[in-house]
Amino acid sequence: MIELERVSKIFESEDGDAVVALSEISLSVARNEFVAIVGRSGCGKSTLLRLVDGLVAPTSGRVSIAGAAVTTPRRDCGIVFQAPTLLPWASVLENVLFPFRFFGGLDDQVRGRAQALLKLVGLNGFEKRKPRELSGGMQQRVAICRALVHDPEILLMDEPFGALDALTREEMSLELLRIWTERPKTIVFVTHSVPEAVLLADRVVVMSPRPGRIIDVIPVRLTRPRSFAQESLSEFQSCAQRIRGHILDRSVV
Amino acid sequence: MPNVSADTSSTAVSSSLRPRRRSRSHARTIVFPLLALALLIVVWEAVVWLFSIPEYLLPAPSQIFKATAAVWPVMLEHTISTTRTTMLGFLVSIVISLPLAVAIASSPLLANSIYPLLVLTQSIPKVAIAPIIVVLVGAGEISRVLVAFLIAFFPLVISIATGLLATPPELVELGRSFNATHLQELIRIRLPHAVPFVFSGLKLSITFAVIGAVVGEFVAADRGLGYQILSATAFFKTSLAFGAVMLLSIIGIVLFQAVVLIERIFFPWSAEEGRNL
Repeated sequence: MIELERVSKIFESEDGDAVVALSEISLSVARNEFVAIVGRSGCGKSTLLRLVDGLVAPTSGRVSIAGAAVTTPRRDCGIVFQAPTLLPWASVLENVLFPFRFFGGLDDQVRGRAQALLKLVGLNGFEKRKPRELSGGMQQRVAICRALVHDPEILLMDEPFGALDALTREEMSLELLRIWTERPKTIVFVTHSVPEAVLLADRVVVMSPRPGRIIDVIPVRLTRPRSFAQESLSEFQSCAQRIRGHILDRSVV
Repeated sequence: MPNVSADTSSTAVSSSLRPRRRSRSHARTIVFPLLALALLIVVWEAVVWLFSIPEYLLPAPSQIFKATAAVWPVMLEHTISTTRTTMLGFLVSIVISLPLAVAIASSPLLANSIYPLLVLTQSIPKVAIAPIIVVLVGAGEISRVLVAFLIAFFPLVISIATGLLATPPELVELGRSFNATHLQELIRIRLPHAVPFVFSGLKLSITFAVIGAVVGEFVAADRGLGYQILSATAFFKTSLAFGAVMLLSIIGIVLFQAVVLIERIFFPWSAEEGRNL
């Protein structure tokens, strides 16, 4: 579904130095696969996600979705950022429908889908509220609904639960899995929580910084549906240890 | 979902508290200033009578009221004239400021070329160029509106441009992820975000427009409260001049509050967000 072939991204910093954000990244993500990307801050995880979404163009290499090169943001991608980035002036429902202000074709069917999504994340009855009346977790749920409202095949998530407290975070992880089970999608999920990555993903991509590279891809062979009970399983532990090993290893150097 | 119900109750609590708090602050913001004003009038009146200050030097509030009421139809006409000039100057300011601010916010090149010119127009005292404007366009409504506009538009341009440029980059990126065109980004994201800034600008602008209208009337008018002040003082009708000043401040307050009201009715989220003025 998503193909990255030897993708590099070099940014020019303000004093004119070239910063290699990503170096020779090759990765392929299958349809309806859940891939988590883990790494320290500054390893280019977010840049990688923006490349896939077409928000950023690669310096070299090729990013393609379903065989077509990605040049601009595509309609079949939905993106969730670390901050909810809701419009403070618009209601919850209007925020969820926001993509259709650009795509056009806002009709009753779309409204119905938005309502159904809000119900799916437990926000029915909050349609007319303004974002600031909601808690952080609820705001992020709205952002997830917004990313799903046009029923994209690919969902890109950039540390979506990073700003939430630990309990809400765990709850949201399970909720994401539930949504994913009900509406299968290809998900690329950036996080720096190791347990979160193992719990959610089919494969965990471990990245290292300066320059951003993939150092390992770890398949997680845990049965689905996943739950926190699996944290005690040896497969969970060994995956988590392998990821931590890579990250800690690099930090010593 | 347990935390959803918890959230509901907490927002319900806060919204039930809000009106009470608001009504108390209303009492504070309306009653206290009125009391202070009443006290000032009483003291003023007392001082004038106590020291028997002649009316042509400092009239008492009662004398001001009497003198103004005696020629009320004329005063009303002047008031309407000044209000019209103010409103026209204000409207022209809005019409000119919005595209100018959009231009400044849309490209650094335009910003660099427009901005110095804007600052230049502001560094010239408007009172000084008002007579020149009269020479240019003649002594009529147009020259008065022009002076009002020249004073009123600057804060508006600056606040709108600031609001457009202060749009959080995340929101702009969100728009880009939907392939938003520049126009869509402006209309759907930047302009709504700038609304609280626009209203701060409008509040400054409307008060400046009143000043501008009076300056215009000082140099070129046969009506308006500014003209009335000039002609009244020329004949030592100080009470009448004071009456005109009072009417001017009433115009200023009413128009300012009208802007506040429009913001509260049509952009309640902006009124709550931008408590800067």
